[in-house]
Amino acid sequence: MKYLSYPGCSLRSTGRAYEESLVAVFQALEIQYEELKDWNCCGATSYVSIDEMDAFALAARNLALAELQSPESTVKLIAPCSACYLVLSKTERYLEDYPEVSTNVNAKLDKAGLHYNGRVEVRHPLDVLVNDYGLENIVKHVQYPLKGLKVACYYGCQVVRPFAKFDHSHYPVTMDKLVQALGAESVDWPLKTRCCGGSLTGTTQEAGLRLNRLLLKEAQKRGADILLTCCPLCQHNLECYQERINRIYKEEIDLPVAYFTQLLGVALGLPEKELGMQRLFKKLSLEHITHPKGEMANAW
Amino acid sequence: MGTAEEHPKANSWEPRIVAFFCNWCTYTAADLAGVSRLRHAPNARIIRVMCSGRVDPQFILDAFSKGADGVLIGGCHPGDCHYMEGNYKALRRVQLLKRMLKQMNIEEHRFRLEWISASEGERVRTVMNEMTEHVRKLGPLGLPKKFQEWDKEMEILERTVNGKEESVHA
Amino acid sequence: MHGNGLNGSIRIGFYVCHCGHNIASIVDVKAVADYVKTLPGVIISCEYKYMCSDPGQELIQKDIKEHSLTRIIVASCSPLLHEHTFRAAVEKGGLNPYFFQMVNIREDVSWVHSDRRAATEKAQDLARAAVQRVFHHKALETKHVKIHPDVLVVGGGIAGIHASLTLANAGKKVYLVERDPTIGGHMAMFDKTFPTLDCAACILTPKMSQVKNHPNITLWTYSEVSKVDGYVGNYKIEVKRKPRYINEELCVGCMDCIEKCVYKEGRTPDEFNKGLSKRKPIYIPFPQATPQIVLIDPESCIEFKSGRCKKTCVEACDRKAIDFQQKEEMKEIEVGTIILATGYHTFDAKRIPFYGYGKYPNVYTSLEVERLVNASGPTGGEMILRDGRHPKTVGIIHCVGSRDKNTNRWCSRTCCMYSLKLAHLLKEHTEAEVYNFYIDIRAAGKAYEEFYDKLLDENVHFIRGRVAEVSDWAVRPSEEGKLIIRAEDTMIGIVRRIPVDMVVLAVGMEPQADSQDVRRMFNISCSTEGFFLERHPKLAPVDTFTDGIFIAGACQGPKDIPDSVAQAGAAAAQALTLIDTGEIELEPNTAFVVQEECSGCRTCLTICPYNAISRDEVKQKAYINEALCKGCGTCVAACPSGSIKQNLFEDEMIFSEINGLLEHTPAVCCE
Repeated sequence: MKYLSYPGCSLRSTGRAYEESLVAVFQALEIQYEELKDWNCCGATSYVSIDEMDAFALAARNLALAELQSPESTVKLIAPCSACYLVLSKTERYLEDYPEVSTNVNAKLDKAGLHYNGRVEVRHPLDVLVNDYGLENIVKHVQYPLKGLKVACYYGCQVVRPFAKFDHSHYPVTMDKLVQALGAESVDWPLKTRCCGGSLTGTTQEAGLRLNRLLLKEAQKRGADILLTCCPLCQHNLECYQERINRIYKEEIDLPVAYFTQLLGVALGLPEKELGMQRLFKKLSLEHITHPKGEMANAW
Repeated sequence: MGTAEEHPKANSWEPRIVAFFCNWCTYTAADLAGVSRLRHAPNARIIRVMCSGRVDPQFILDAFSKGADGVLIGGCHPGDCHYMEGNYKALRRVQLLKRMLKQMNIEEHRFRLEWISASEGERVRTVMNEMTEHVRKLGPLGLPKKFQEWDKEMEILERTVNGKEESVHA
Repeated sequence: MHGNGLNGSIRIGFYVCHCGHNIASIVDVKAVADYVKTLPGVIISCEYKYMCSDPGQELIQKDIKEHSLTRIIVASCSPLLHEHTFRAAVEKGGLNPYFFQMVNIREDVSWVHSDRRAATEKAQDLARAAVQRVFHHKALETKHVKIHPDVLVVGGGIAGIHASLTLANAGKKVYLVERDPTIGGHMAMFDKTFPTLDCAACILTPKMSQVKNHPNITLWTYSEVSKVDGYVGNYKIEVKRKPRYINEELCVGCMDCIEKCVYKEGRTPDEFNKGLSKRKPIYIPFPQATPQIVLIDPESCIEFKSGRCKKTCVEACDRKAIDFQQKEEMKEIEVGTIILATGYHTFDAKRIPFYGYGKYPNVYTSLEVERLVNASGPTGGEMILRDGRHPKTVGIIHCVGSRDKNTNRWCSRTCCMYSLKLAHLLKEHTEAEVYNFYIDIRAAGKAYEEFYDKLLDENVHFIRGRVAEVSDWAVRPSEEGKLIIRAEDTMIGIVRRIPVDMVVLAVGMEPQADSQDVRRMFNISCSTEGFFLERHPKLAPVDTFTDGIFIAGACQGPKDIPDSVAQAGAAAAQALTLIDTGEIELEPNTAFVVQEECSGCRTCLTICPYNAISRDEVKQKAYINEALCKGCGTCVAACPSGSIKQNLFEDEMIFSEINGLLEHTPAVCCE
């Protein structure tokens, strides 16, 4: 079974490490996939607030292209960035449920010689890894079990709201299960689906910083060594403003924030450079983790 | 889909569906649909039987041959038959009958077996509307007229064979 | 008396009912009557405003006599509603009641179609079908079945107890079967009942004791119904009596055995205290359990698990009541009527993970709190939390699992009132600040609204907003170590954080987990939510569609104690009606074999689920036992030679209905 992959704009810019680590992990696990040719920006949360139909058409172009590229009866399209995942999922759902939307959007697509027939299923890599590939299979490939590492799993809002396709909308556990399968301890904390502020850190910074401060402070308070995310904007927000937050709110937050694929790659024994680890602002110290070969401590 | 009931125009063909509903489940559900004012297509006429197991395959064939465009049987869900197993017998007969009907070139959607429990008034509406639409798309079955035509053809053939008339090239 | 007219000729009287506006506003009843008049065999065809009324029925009777009618058809509402009424009217008019046929043009036509032309045409088709059908109707005798006077009541909660006492006091013999080791149901767990704040045990235990001592009640606890055979008036029931490993005749409930058990302390979570305390393997559910007999749990008893116990319990019992060899016992009884009062099950709060039940130790369900505030509960009535603290603030969350399309859509009716009651009791026991988070306050019973007012005077805080989450996430030092309830206070439009020490979840009421199995066993239906289905929600709330079986209490739908008791009384009255009449009339729609036509092929023998068909080996013909036949007609359809016929549903009748429906005759024009 082959997947199609939709990188989206962020994964080619600030979220480069996400794509790098995802590609590395997929290769290591021999998951077959192919990049969607000629993909365009999904419009993210911005476009849909301006013109819903046009936004659907923009996103649907990708879905129509996916249908052309894959012969499978159900085309599985992986969208790693949570915003892309939500926009594409919403488009997929609305085109299926509302004939008015389908007619309107397909009319627009027709002008580009495209048509969407409802064959695409938008998937998140977390869902693909844990539910399709399976934890037992991942465990077989683990080189360095992450014993002793305390991980706070942060899902953000867009993978669970408004559609909770592969997990519970208030209390998701997919990433936690993955982390536990890798041998680490998953920190139980109540804020795992609370919004990080999204683009607020760029527009109304006090609001964005306030939200991020709450998340980081609680994760750190619960003893997390690292915070894992599955969205480039969440990762950016949570990682890059910690000094500013400390200054403004007189906190002492010092928490590494990485993509879940990066930690997965570490456990699989993949080299640091392949996982984009050098792009992280905060280095993670793993000396207190026991592992057979003793090399990983230096790799960081 | 639960769309508003059809408003048939006079003199245009309307699907005619005969429905055999079991007293305890489906007929009660149809009453519930009535009590709840769940409007639906007026094309089906209900014949009440005590159990879907009472439905003789001959009834179904007779209905088609007398001019029904569709036949619907409504019974209790498997395991819930008021008389324990009557609906299973109905199911068995329906499976065999469906194969026969196929050979007679009567389209699949004209004959339907539905499990509807006493509290599923909504389902009655859905099934009535859906079936009416399916049969409408298939068009009239028109067996009585066909029988008349075939009878005429047989007559002509008979007369030809008995040499009472010159052969007629059909 | 039940003649069929002049020389058996067919003279049909057809009546179409307006039913006020119900039918006449959609169906052109005059056009239907005019049309039917043109059909062969129809002598009278007219319309009337309310056929089921006295004048309507008298009209039929008058016409039968005056016009020597031999068949009557009424086109009105559903036969399920008034077939019986009209058959009685026809019989009173001097005609066999089974020469009557009803046409449903209300539930099936006027109430579900809006196109006048289509509805009228449909009514005419249905009428024509009935006219052709009645040609084949025959005179039949109503079946009379005797009613056995004994009654089975399943479920020993307040509803079952009340129904049993009512029947027993009326002189009937009652078998009360309860699957727990004691009767009392959920009510026995409560501390006080709303709105009077009566002590639940004080009002319940006298009734429980009456049940135990009543000469007409056979009380079988720790027992379950395992098989139901028969039909109204003649049920054969098999009851499985589970082994207590205690001889019921000998045990007096002194409980010395419990004290002397080799376990110094209990290790097994106590079911009656909802797991808040532990019990020993030999135990009694609660001190006033009825019957007051202990029982042994084989899962936790050392003697059962290893066979090597000192058996100090046996030593302690001077009545020698303990019997490790006791086996399950099957009892067979015959009853005429059955009342199901199997109660409810509380919603599993774990299904809403963001309320923290099972995660945070100080989140409780309402039932657990009932045990905590109860003086005979696990903490002697003291409000001690699982972590040993006394709560200074309490949050009570309404509608947990109810009014929610993600869990259960319905309102569980009792939760608002019991939440108010718990608020009052908690304040009484702890002087804590109590917050109730609600969507609406449903206080619809007698003195309920006044109870709510009283709570407002007691300074209980009410926040109108559905709780979004319960978590231990503290944003300021004062919130540390507490559970934070976040809800939008919709009255002031602000999202609030209320830190509390204890959270109480007002869990909703659901059908019992095995309600589907139970209802299949008794051959009744359930409604979509899973509660037992009543025959009519307004006019027959305790009857079921199965004659002789009645339902009462929360098994029919969420309700409080007064309503459960009322329904129990109603069900008992319905049963008494049957028993005191002594017999019931059954529709004579049984099947019979026309022996001359039977070829002896044996196809029908295995078809009947009631084993009503047997084969006469001498004559080599099939024979149907009328008493066992329930009239489903499956054998009729299966018979290859068509020699089995079903009264009221003969092949000719159905073929003529089919013919009548599809015959194309031009319909009379309507407005």
